[in-house]
Amino acid sequence: MGCGADEVVAALRAAAVVVAEHREELVRLDRAIGDGDHGENLHRGFSAVVSKLDGSAPATPGAVLKLAATTLISTVGGAAGPLYGTAFLRAATAVGDAPELDAALVAGALRAALEGVVARGKAVVGDKTMVDALTPAVTAAEDVAEGGVDVAAVLAAAAGAAEEGARSTEPLVARKGRASYLGERSAGHLDPGAWSTSLLLRSFAGGAR
Amino acid sequence: MKKIINDPSTVVADALRGMAAAHGDLLDVHLDPAVVVRADAPVPRKVAVISGGGSGHEPLHAGFVGRGMLDAACPGPVFTSPTPDQVLEAVTRTDGGAGALLIVKNYTGDVLNFETAAELAAAEGLAVRTVVIDDDVAVTDSAHTAGRRGVGGTVLLEKLVGAAAERGVDLDGCEELARSVIGRVRSMGLALAPGTVPHAGEPSFTLGDDEIELGIGIHGEPGRRRVPLRPADELVPALLDPVLEDLPFTAGDRVLLFTNGMGGTPLIELYLAHGIAERLLAERGVTVERRLVGSYTTSLEMQGMSFTVLKLDDDLVELWDAPVRTPALRWGV
Ligand SMILES: Nc1ncnc2c1ncn2[C@@H]1O[C@H](COP(=O)(O)OP(=O)(O)O)[C@@H](O)[C@H]1O
Ligand SMILES: [Mg+2]
Repeated sequence: MGCGADEVVAALRAAAVVVAEHREELVRLDRAIGDGDHGENLHRGFSAVVSKLDGSAPATPGAVLKLAATTLISTVGGAAGPLYGTAFLRAATAVGDAPELDAALVAGALRAALEGVVARGKAVVGDKTMVDALTPAVTAAEDVAEGGVDVAAVLAAAAGAAEEGARSTEPLVARKGRASYLGERSAGHLDPGAWSTSLLLRSFAGGAR
Repeated sequence: MKKIINDPSTVVADALRGMAAAHGDLLDVHLDPAVVVRADAPVPRKVAVISGGGSGHEPLHAGFVGRGMLDAACPGPVFTSPTPDQVLEAVTRTDGGAGALLIVKNYTGDVLNFETAAELAAAEGLAVRTVVIDDDVAVTDSAHTAGRRGVGGTVLLEKLVGAAAERGVDLDGCEELARSVIGRVRSMGLALAPGTVPHAGEPSFTLGDDEIELGIGIHGEPGRRRVPLRPADELVPALLDPVLEDLPFTAGDRVLLFTNGMGGTPLIELYLAHGIAERLLAERGVTVERRLVGSYTTSLEMQGMSFTVLKLDDDLVELWDAPVRTPALRWGV
């Protein structure tokens, strides 16, 4: 089955639920190596996205993603606001005005999202950021998309790789963002942004079916 | 957690309402999005000087809005940067036709949100420039971190650039002045006890009873090292020496010495520390020509202090002495 605007809306609603459920966990992770606001910031942002979607339902997947992007940019704040906002904005641009997303478009949207995050934040894999989760997710999505699978399979592959990537941040020493000020003391903790990326992709994989 | 609040999620808006009540003659406070604007904005043909950042550092930045300093401040949630739409709103409300200078403290979140705002403003045809202040010498490894943080020097920067803008200096001139000030100001802080972010409910870090953090950041970021508490005669040079050696400030230099409280340290201790610092500077042959003592760049109720030293010249002294009328700094008017 295809993935139209309604399915993208459903995926974002699912993401908002997951963010709410994991708000405290993300706060705890960010308190360990940052300033403890990551869960709060994302919760504020995704709640606002849901309110926006309640008020109006854009007609294409791209328009839904763009609405999410502008809402996240204007409500999240912190490092994660512009980074996730840019990710959704680039994804929206990548899918254009296609009425339905297929596997290739979803993989392309994820690639564009990653490029947006890197363009803004200048992080590379191994810096202990969300890039460590998003990069393997994109590669995995592209790999399975080539095999002609459906959107759900692409998102499932992305979510699995993102989780593994997020877990790989635990031993790393942070070199970007607030956590970098801890130096060696940042090792031994999951990066909150990498973990939220993994949670978001997992929720999309569940919600877009 | 003991705080005079109702609900952690409304702390910033509730405080801004109080600020509006207290300083309605100087400020207009808008809540959605949150921006604090000088009452007579926009001032025609004047460069708008705008800053902002997470709340919890009061009076930074909203307490410095007013004639001779900031045209607008964008308060984010506690310790979280403001969003681009707040900054854009500030630019729109204060642009008097001469463009806007955004003063940003060097934190990833602040830099990214202001950068996004500047792109949005440029897309609307507004002339906007951005400067990033990174005066905290405690961060020694700038290559493997997000770089030096913006701390106490921000107050001095906002005062000096605000004075220049008030005199009619154009956008190029204000930007050039800001970059020159950033090049000649250095700071470092220490903490005796942490503050508590309202929605976190727990202290941002823990210190032993007789332990202090040397080089603390204004969100409780770790500094250079943890050391046992010692008498002020030893603490002051431990804080001041790295600041002086960094630029470096040397014999014959004229400086402004800013002794800043972090929110939970009383003025009596700040004066005590300031006196020692003045003596140490005199011993080095550095002339303190201007000074500022008080809690101006705070970190909620964190106990601690910082020193900021700025190398002066005749022009900067004149800009420092120029009239200023804001909730937190007021002279010459
Ligand atoms: N330069 C960067 N590039 C990519 N991701 C980053 C960068 N800086 C920080 N991050 C991500 O942002 C997360 C922190 O987000 P958040 O807590 O919301 O913002 P802040 O650090 O401003 O408080 C980090 O865990 C990290 O994954
Ligand atoms: Mg954070």
